[in-house]
Amino acid sequence: MSGAIAKAFARAKARGEGALVAYGMAGDPDLPRSVDVFTAMVEGGADIVEVGVAFSDPIADGPVIQGAAERALKAGSTLKRVLDEVVPELHRRCPETPLVIMTYVNVIMAMGEERFAKLARERGISGVILPDLPPEESGSLRATFDASGVDLIPLCAPTTPPARAEAIAKDARGFVYCVAVAGVTGMRAELPADLSQRLELVRKASSVPVVAGFGISTREQAHTLSAHADGVVVGSALVRAAHTEGPQAARALCAEIKRGLKR
Amino acid sequence: MNTQTAVGRFGRFGGRYVPETLVPALMELEEAYAAARADPTFDAEVAQVLREFVGRPTTLTPARRLTEAWGGAHVWLKREDLAHTGAHKINNTVGQVLLARRMGKKRIIAETGAGQHGVATATACALFGLPCEVFMGALDVERQALNVFRMRALGAVVRPVESGSKTLKDAMNEAMRTWVSQVEDTHYVIGSAAGPHPYPTVVRDFQAIIGRELRTQAQAAFGKLPDAIVACVGGGSNAIGVLHPFIGDPSVRLIGVEAGGHGLDSGQHGASLTLGTEGVLHGSRSLVLQDADGQIQEAHSISAGLDYPGVGPELAHLAKTGRMEVRTATDDEALASFYEVARLEGILPALETSHAFARGRELARELGAGKYLVINCSGRGDKDVATISARGVPPAVGVKP
Ligand SMILES: Cc1ncc(COP(=O)(O)O)c(C=O)c1O
Repeated sequence: MSGAIAKAFARAKARGEGALVAYGMAGDPDLPRSVDVFTAMVEGGADIVEVGVAFSDPIADGPVIQGAAERALKAGSTLKRVLDEVVPELHRRCPETPLVIMTYVNVIMAMGEERFAKLARERGISGVILPDLPPEESGSLRATFDASGVDLIPLCAPTTPPARAEAIAKDARGFVYCVAVAGVTGMRAELPADLSQRLELVRKASSVPVVAGFGISTREQAHTLSAHADGVVVGSALVRAAHTEGPQAARALCAEIKRGLKR
Repeated sequence: MNTQTAVGRFGRFGGRYVPETLVPALMELEEAYAAARADPTFDAEVAQVLREFVGRPTTLTPARRLTEAWGGAHVWLKREDLAHTGAHKINNTVGQVLLARRMGKKRIIAETGAGQHGVATATACALFGLPCEVFMGALDVERQALNVFRMRALGAVVRPVESGSKTLKDAMNEAMRTWVSQVEDTHYVIGSAAGPHPYPTVVRDFQAIIGRELRTQAQAAFGKLPDAIVACVGGGSNAIGVLHPFIGDPSVRLIGVEAGGHGLDSGQHGASLTLGTEGVLHGSRSLVLQDADGQIQEAHSISAGLDYPGVGPELAHLAKTGRMEVRTATDDEALASFYEVARLEGILPALETSHAFARGRELARELGAGKYLVINCSGRGDKDVATISARGVPPAVGVKP
């Protein structure tokens, strides 16, 4: 599946654009309607979709995504149901768009690493992001994913020392997710001044594309970052737009960010 | 005795499951802690504060009337309730705040359930002049009004947490989220022997003073090691603290008592060692209360300090390997024990501690006459009087109305 992620970045690049990785919460407001939200994101120009699977204790998330997770859990969202009811339909509607699961390690452990890897592969998942699984803990899971052809996408933080950041980048699958701000997910008016340097460092060491995420919500931010990264991730802003105004708002915001990603 | 099987691992449990942003801070903490341990001046400093300020060693008290009432082993109490601020929590906060100061950290955050750890952290921060913020579930803010006042009086800011079950687990989530954004200059004082490596080790080492004192005191008081030691288990810091120094002594039975809440089959309890399954919560792999989809369940206990759906990884390992025996006590049993201990020994135990007492009678009988049972009195019950008195007080005994 990793080919799908590489191809999506290559397509964006060929068009002279940074890639937009769009995050949404599966099951918010409910499972079928979240498929409409994801589809709208792709129609708005998202190159890769991050399918959020709710966890009861999301320590890497700020209030917007936390709230979405609570709604999704209330609506009955589980990893199994997302793989059965959201992913196949989304894959059918947007066959070209790589789908990446973002959740917490406990949710994967509860299903079982092998069972998840197999199901994910069958349903058309290209990669997985687990924000509470640093490299030291990821050995067995990554081996399982590698064997199934699902990419375990690593994260790199602003606090990560340069040598560690290079090691993470060298050994990455899919793409490297550079966390832009020291903090949880959520919109920020200002991004750190040294972010571009950090992105360049990781990019130099990496054999796969590098994206910046956490805190990004505007076309201007996307524009600034696309000079130093292969793409950006937008999460909270999309989740909030979809929650307050529905799929069309998520579509419009994706289109707006995409304009910022033109080089 | 070393239960650590690899760095940060206790058998299958432990580890460091946190956002990458925190990993460098945890590595820094691990290094700073190792350096502090290797420096005799640090140990001396901690020991001095424990002696002069906390009031250690805490006494080992014979419980003569309980011994008589229970009709079995001699019952003795390790009196952490006599430590300054009224619980064992201060042993760890003094150590961690001194460590944070050594590391040049500018501010302290903490989570609290019963408020006891929050008070202990606020106290250590007042003592050493560091600003302190404490995250506390909104429900616990209500239940533990006295401790909320104490924290505020000590100069700490209390942040009520409205998410999830509004209890300890959510306070810990919020503290971690806050730490991620302030990790450069902030130290997070975790209150139990839980969380990501190196916390379970750091907290255990600072709490092991309880068990080390008990070894010496038991020899002096009854000429041998205890035959059994019992402690309540929430996250497990008082339990690992009193039990750890005895892990290598096969003659000593180690017993942990969890919150049975409304009963194990009610679904409302805090019995993660008894009914939990392997999972990852708050940065470590341990036994947690969760559903089949990996969502963490809300725990319940009458005592805010045991109302936690996880448990420290070292205790999970000791329980799984059978070195520690695990029992439970319900809310009602804990309440009944509260009054039994109050009226027979003149001690108001914390509701957490009352769980350990609740299994005392049967343990004393199982051991039999001539044996020695030590109950770890993890804290005093002043903080719980509102909760307890709301249910009405049983009539006085032996006095004509
Ligand atoms: C008196 C007392 N005992 C026990 C506990 C439970 O903590 P642990 O299991 O970490 O000792 C608490 C926690 O607040 C407490 O206040």
